[in-house]
Parts: sequence; structure tokens; C-alpha cells
Amino acid sequence: MLRHAGKRLLAAIPLLLVVPLLVFLLIDLAPGDPAVVLAGDNPTPERIAAIQARLGLSDPVVERYARWVGAVLHGDLGKSLMSDQSVMEMIIRRMGATMSLVLFAMVMAVVLGALMAILSSLRPGGVVDRLVNWLASIAIAIPAFWFGLVLASLFAVTYRVFPAFGFVPLSEGIGPWLSHLVLPGVALGLLPAAEVTLQLRSALGQVLTSDYILNARAKGLSRRSVLFKHALKNACVPVVTVFGFRVAEVLAGSVTIEIIYNMPGLGSLAVDSVLSRDIPVLLGFVLFSTSVVVVVNLLVDISYGYFNPKVRA
Amino acid sequence: MKNVTTPPDDLLDAPGDPYAESAGTGILRGILRRRSTIVAGGFLALLVLVAVLAPVIAPYDPNVQNVLQRLRPPGSGHLLGTDDYGRDVLSRLIHSARVSLQAAAQAVAVALVIGLSPGVAAGFRGGWLDAALTRIMDALMSAPSLVLAITIVAVLGPGVTNAMLAVGVIMAPRFFRVSRATTMDVRHETYIEASIALGCGNLRTAVRHILPNVMPPIVLVTSVSLGAAVAAEASLSFLGLGVRPPAASWGSMLSTASSNMGLAPYLVWPPGVMIFLTVLAFTYLGDGVRKGMLRSRSASGKGE
Amino acid sequence: MTARQQEADARPLLEIRDLTVEFPAPVGGWTPVVQRVSFTLGQGESVALVGESGSGKTVTSLAVMGLTGVTGGRVAAGSVSFDGRELTSLPEREWRALRGPGMGMIFQQPIRSLNPAYTVGDQIAESVRRHLGLNRRAARARAIEMLDLVQIPRAAERVDDYPHAFSGGMCQRVMIAMVMACNPRLLIADEPTTALDVTVQERILRLLRDLQEQTGVSLLFVSHDLAVVAELCQKVTVMYAGEVVEQGTAADVFFRPGHPYTSGLLAAIPKPGLGTGRRLATIPGSIPAPGLWPEGCRFHLRCPHREPGRCDSVRPDLVPAGPSAQARCLRVSEIDLQGVTVA
Repeated sequence: MLRHAGKRLLAAIPLLLVVPLLVFLLIDLAPGDPAVVLAGDNPTPERIAAIQARLGLSDPVVERYARWVGAVLHGDLGKSLMSDQSVMEMIIRRMGATMSLVLFAMVMAVVLGALMAILSSLRPGGVVDRLVNWLASIAIAIPAFWFGLVLASLFAVTYRVFPAFGFVPLSEGIGPWLSHLVLPGVALGLLPAAEVTLQLRSALGQVLTSDYILNARAKGLSRRSVLFKHALKNACVPVVTVFGFRVAEVLAGSVTIEIIYNMPGLGSLAVDSVLSRDIPVLLGFVLFSTSVVVVVNLLVDISYGYFNPKVRA
Repeated sequence: MKNVTTPPDDLLDAPGDPYAESAGTGILRGILRRRSTIVAGGFLALLVLVAVLAPVIAPYDPNVQNVLQRLRPPGSGHLLGTDDYGRDVLSRLIHSARVSLQAAAQAVAVALVIGLSPGVAAGFRGGWLDAALTRIMDALMSAPSLVLAITIVAVLGPGVTNAMLAVGVIMAPRFFRVSRATTMDVRHETYIEASIALGCGNLRTAVRHILPNVMPPIVLVTSVSLGAAVAAEASLSFLGLGVRPPAASWGSMLSTASSNMGLAPYLVWPPGVMIFLTVLAFTYLGDGVRKGMLRSRSASGKGE
Repeated sequence: MTARQQEADARPLLEIRDLTVEFPAPVGGWTPVVQRVSFTLGQGESVALVGESGSGKTVTSLAVMGLTGVTGGRVAAGSVSFDGRELTSLPEREWRALRGPGMGMIFQQPIRSLNPAYTVGDQIAESVRRHLGLNRRAARARAIEMLDLVQIPRAAERVDDYPHAFSGGMCQRVMIAMVMACNPRLLIADEPTTALDVTVQERILRLLRDLQEQTGVSLLFVSHDLAVVAELCQKVTVMYAGEVVEQGTAADVFFRPGHPYTSGLLAAIPKPGLGTGRRLATIPGSIPAPGLWPEGCRFHLRCPHREPGRCDSVRPDLVPAGPSAQARCLRVSEIDLQGVTVA
């Protein structure tokens, strides 16, 4: 089990190395002098020179990349071209909001998705089943950021049920933290919840016709305990597998949601860094998101062993 | 981790129908049997018409500002109201259809170019070419998509074309996987082997015999991807990484709505509903295509 | 001994009368898959339900277990009584209490019948805890005891293994352990050895026979293989196209078959000692699907003894065909059928 996880972790390292390399290569391959491009729309010669010096643009791309990797291994992500702040500190300061948001959305996806899928499996083909299926396939087409806008406009601006904007860290109490997360979290969680619903529903549908379910009924177990004990755990296998990909999607969606709700998270940092072409910050964000995806995939792999004992061997 | 079943992949289990033409009409008939597919297709056709005729249909110039008419709620004169520069929302909405559809088409075209021919080549040749291309596409797929898009836009600069280039690159692995798998399935069918044995060149074999088999699943992926591209364009434009002002797209209109939420909540609805309906229509169309293909396949299977 | 007790002892454990089971037809409506099936099974008896796949054996046994609804069908008519109790109208709650301590079932695909996500010990303990009310520890001890009983080596260790760590034959032993753990009165074995290697088949059959001797459990043995049935059962019911075509004691059915279908099945048994050069007899054609059953005798299309104008128009009834046998054949007294010949 541990060896399996270790192997997966080793396999993930190339990804952590390759994605930032891609950024370096793109900067190098982009038409024009990178320093001029990065200096923005109306560059002064001083600024161009400063960027050139800061990023070491006179060196070959491989050397710059190797230097960056070396620094990262020492915990140094460099400094922002704009604010001169340490990128590592900027990321740590803004991590809380993003992680809270993503966590809320994923928990909602699992809880709501599982609930809906179970409800519809109680009576396959029944009214509830068809309603759930219909709702989920509609929810999948709703863009998260629009849903976020609608929720904000309805529940924060028109009816002031929830605070409209900002973020309160968990350290200041679970109530304020949660109340600031509800609207953006629901907006972000809707799509993965719908996906979990559809996926788990179809997985349950398949599992429920299997031989071991019939056998469980032949043992005298009730429909309910067969569904919850015998079917659910097996139906989770395909759902868990896809879950890792969903986290990357949710992380992507959090960028727009953070901007709508004015949350001081990594998404707004990333967008600002793109608009101002602040490469060190962008690289920091790239590394952070890739790490999150890698870690989540690792967790998914480990939990996969719980749901599917075969892979443990 | 590799055995993820996404809807497009169901079709990859069986090799394609060698009689691609008759299969095509069979599929079309299968697709048109479903009412939801017809409605979705009809909506998209109408949308394309609106996009093409935008300058004729739109009541106002979408970019003309009128400070006196700022943030007028929907009503006579301006059916859907005006935005913070006094521009007519309906006209901007109509013109945005153009931007959005064009952008989606661009992204999917990029994905097709990057994904389809390498996919066919990898499936056809196998060996080191296949291994190398598959490795690259896998890496592309496992990288966080938004990070890639943001990076590409960061380097190339904001703008619809650059943003859609980024989206296209991100979507390319889907096209690659589907075309590779289908090609591999068909590759060893007797009629392909025969064609090669008869001295048809590789290119000729690929174009004449493999492409017709690869097309049906590709059409399906295209349909689903167009919807995804519309949504992606909207969120990138919303972030200011896509369309450049003063031009409008549904995403940038929502950005305007976001900053005027308190004064003009009505601005949130029209662009959002359009994005939603367009994405939904592409999804249903894709679903219809998939079911139509499954139906025609099972029907032809029974006949054998 | 009281009169009531005497009555209970004489009463068959399982009595099926005119059982008809239907499944939804693809075009709508319901198609009968099993029609007017009747047979009885006495206390401690072994009865075989024989026929090719598609004859309705499994559907019949699932109806006895009350699991027809779970597989999408319905019991349209007839009665199933177990120990004098009518089951077709039994509420689900009482059914659940009966499955396990009353009757248990093992299936054709042992590997697929075990839940891959739980250890075999968990799965055995689950029924024990539910039906015998044992606590966790006692249930586990019972699971080990049962694994030992079905001759799984190192039972105390294997109890914590997952099904994928067991071979097909071992999985079937686990299934038997699971079912027998609740001391059922009736064991239904649906083609329990079909998916297994020949050598393993033999061992599983011996295990079933041993268990029956030890516990006195009654056995409903479903199989297409008459050779296997001969080793295990006292009575045989032969099914074809959803109905009983012949029933009687094993001796009657094997040595003096009354139905050409039974005779055909018997001819298809490979016999040791006959040179490899001889071709094994087969019954031509295949069993018609439910809803496509022909007029007259359902077997007439494949029957070497059919009489045109009669067998294809008149529906035969079950008629006496020997000292203790019945056959559904119009020509039962006219034809001379080959049974098993003792070499």
C-alpha cells in the first residue's frame, strides 16, 4: 500500500517539473524580446533592463530553468516583479481563501452528489430518478462564474442573506468563515456535484445488477443495507477515479469565483500576474496548482485502495 | 487511472463500420429520432443565423456609448436595458453570439489540428511515434488546464485569438485519444490490410479508409468540445484575458454585470442565459449524436 | 408424537404448484418465462432441476428465494409453499428473515457472487450477525469455523482475505460456508460447478454431499449436467422451454426416460470407456426463447420422434411414464427411449 503510494508520488514528480518548464519555454519561444514583452504595454528602457536582469534573460532558457528549480528546492520562489514581495509569502497569505473555497465545493460535491445518486437509485426509472438526472444534466451546463453572479445578486445584493464579498479566515470563527463561503462555495460546487451525481448514479445502476448484489439479497439483507453497504462502496470506484480530475477543474473555477466575491485568494493573484506579466508570481501559482493536483491524485489513489481491495495487492 | 470512461469513449470499444457512408446516414437517422437533439440543433442553427446577421438584426450599434442612457433597466427603447456606458444590451448580446461562436470554432479547430492528425498517425504507425505522442498528450492532459491557459495567455498577451489558442491546446488530448483509439481499432481490419497490400500509400489509406471511421466519434467530441469552448471563452473573457474592450462577448458582458451588480442586477441574466443555453444545446447535441451512433451500431450489429 | 408433528414430518419442505413467472417483453407487456411448474421436495431430500440453459431453471429457483422482483420479473400465478407456509404473498420483511435460516442459495459464478470490496470473513459474518444475532467476535469465530468446515486450508488466516485472493473453487466453498453458516433447511445450488474446472467440480460435489449428510439440509440442485445429478440427487425434474417435461425418481428418469428430451440429454453424457473415436450425441437445434415457444409440444422442432400433424398442434400434458415418473409427451407409450446403459 505504502509502496504503491510512493510509486505514484515518484511518477508525479516529472509533472511538477514539466509544467513550469513549459512556462519557461513558452516565454522563450514567444515572438519578440521576452523582456520587452514582459515589460507590458508602454515599457521604459529602465524597466526592460530591470526585467532582463531580474529574470536573467541573457542566459539560455535551460540555465534559467535549472536555477529556478534549484531555488525552489531551497524553498525560494523568487520575488514579484511588481511588488518586490516574496512569492512564497504571497502564496501562503492567499492560500487560505482558495483552499477553503475548493474544500467547501468538493465537500458539497461529494455530499450532495452522493445523496442525489442514492435517492435516484432507490427506484431506478422512477420520478425521483428522472428528476435527478434531468436536474444534474442541466446543472452541468451552468457556468460556475455565472451561477456565482446570480447567487451574489440574489442572496447578497437583493436579499441580504449572506455577506456579499470577502473572506474571513477560519481562525476568526467557524460561523463567519462559513457564512462567507456559502455563496461562492455553492456556486463552485454545483458543477462537480452534478458530475458526481451522474457518475455515481450510473455506477450504482451497474453495480446493482451484479451477481454479488443478488447474493446479498439471497442472504436476507434488506434493499437498503444492500444499497448502502454492498453497492455504494463498489460504485465509488469509478467515481473516485474521476474525482481527481474534478479537483483540477474546481481549482480552475475558483479563479473566477474569487474575483466575483472579491476573495483574497490565489485566483486573483494569478489573473493579476498574467495581466501584469509578473512571471515569478505566475510560476509560483503554476507550481502551487500543479502540486495540489498531484497531491489530490495521490489521495485519490490511496483511497482507491480502500474502495477496491484488488489494487492493494 | 487510465480506464476512465467518459461518454465519448463508449464508442471506442468496437471498431468502426467499414461502410462509412451508409453508417453516416444511419447515424443521422438515429440522431434525428430524438426530439431533444432536434431542439438543440435548431437552437444552435438559429444562433449561427443570429451571429451571421448580427449587424442587420441588432437594433443599435453595440459599441456606441451614450452616457445619458446609462444603466437603464429593460423597457421600451432598450429591450434588455443598457450597461454602464449606456450601450444597448440586446445589441451587444447579439454581436457577442458572433464572438462566442467564432471563438469556440477557433478553439476546436486548434484542438482538431493538434489532436486529430497526430492521433491518426500514432494509431496507424504505432511504435515509438505512438509512445512519444501519447506521453506528450498525457502530460498535457494531467497538467491543470487553467494553469496552462493562463500561462499561454500570459506569454502571448490577452485577446480572443490567444485565449482560444490556449483553450484549443488544452482540448487537443481529447481529440488525440479518440482518433488514436479508433484508428488502432480499424487499423487491423481486413479491408485496411488489403488496401495496404494493394499498394495504397499510407497517406492514401489513412485518408480514404481510416478517416471515415474516425470521423463519427470525432464529430461527437467536437460537439461536446464546442460547448466547453463557449464556456471557456466566457470565463477567460470574464477575467479580462479574452476579448478586448470595447468589443463584447458574453463573458465580458458578465464582467460588466459583476461590477454593476448593486445598481443593475438585470445585467446578470441575458449573457448568462445565453451561455447556459448554448452549452446545454451542444451537450444535448453531443448526447444525441452519441446515442444515434450507438443505436445505428447496435442496429447494424443485429443485421450481421 | 402428536398428530400435528406427524403431519409436519410427512409434509414436503418445499411444494411448488403451477408456478408461472413473467418478465417484461421488449415490446411491452409481460412474457412468461416459466409456466405452470410444479414439483415437491421432501425434508432432507435432494432434488435436481435439469435442463439446458434457457429452460427456466434459474428463474424457478429465484422464485423460490423470492428474488424474482429483484431481477425484474414477477410471479404471475401459482404457489410456493415452504414448510407449509405460502410464500408468494409473503411480505418482504418476513422474506428477509426466511432467506438465510430458512433457505440459502449458491450461484453459478462464485467469483462474481462475492462482493469484491469486503473480506470473505466479513461477508460470512454479515449473515450470521443478521440472522443468528451473534456479536462481532462470535460471528467472526463462526466464519472461521465455517471456512474450516468447507475445507479451506488455514481458515483462521484466510478469513481476512478478499475474494480476489481465492480461486473459483475456493470462492464456491466460501459461498457454501456463507449459506450454511445460518443452518438453512433448504440449500439451492444453481449450477454450482459449471464455471469450475472438472477436478474442482468433483471436490465441490463431494463437499455438498458430505454437508448434506452432516446437517440433513435439503438440496435443490440446478444443473444442465445429468452426470453430476446422478451422483447427488434422488429425484429429478427436467425442464424445457419454461415447463416441466419429465419428473420422477432418479432411477426412473435415468434408466427409463419417458421424454425424448431427457433421452437426448442422457445420450449427451460423455461415457468413459467408450473409445475417443465415437462422437458424442447432441440434440440438434437450440432451445426457443421465451415468447417464441412453438405450437403443440415445445420440443417437437428438435425431437427425433415427432409425428407431424400431432406433435406440432396438440399441447401435451404430464402423463404417467413409469412406476414413479411423469412425462410431457404425446407419444409416451408409443416410443421406446434409450436410457443410461450400464456398461
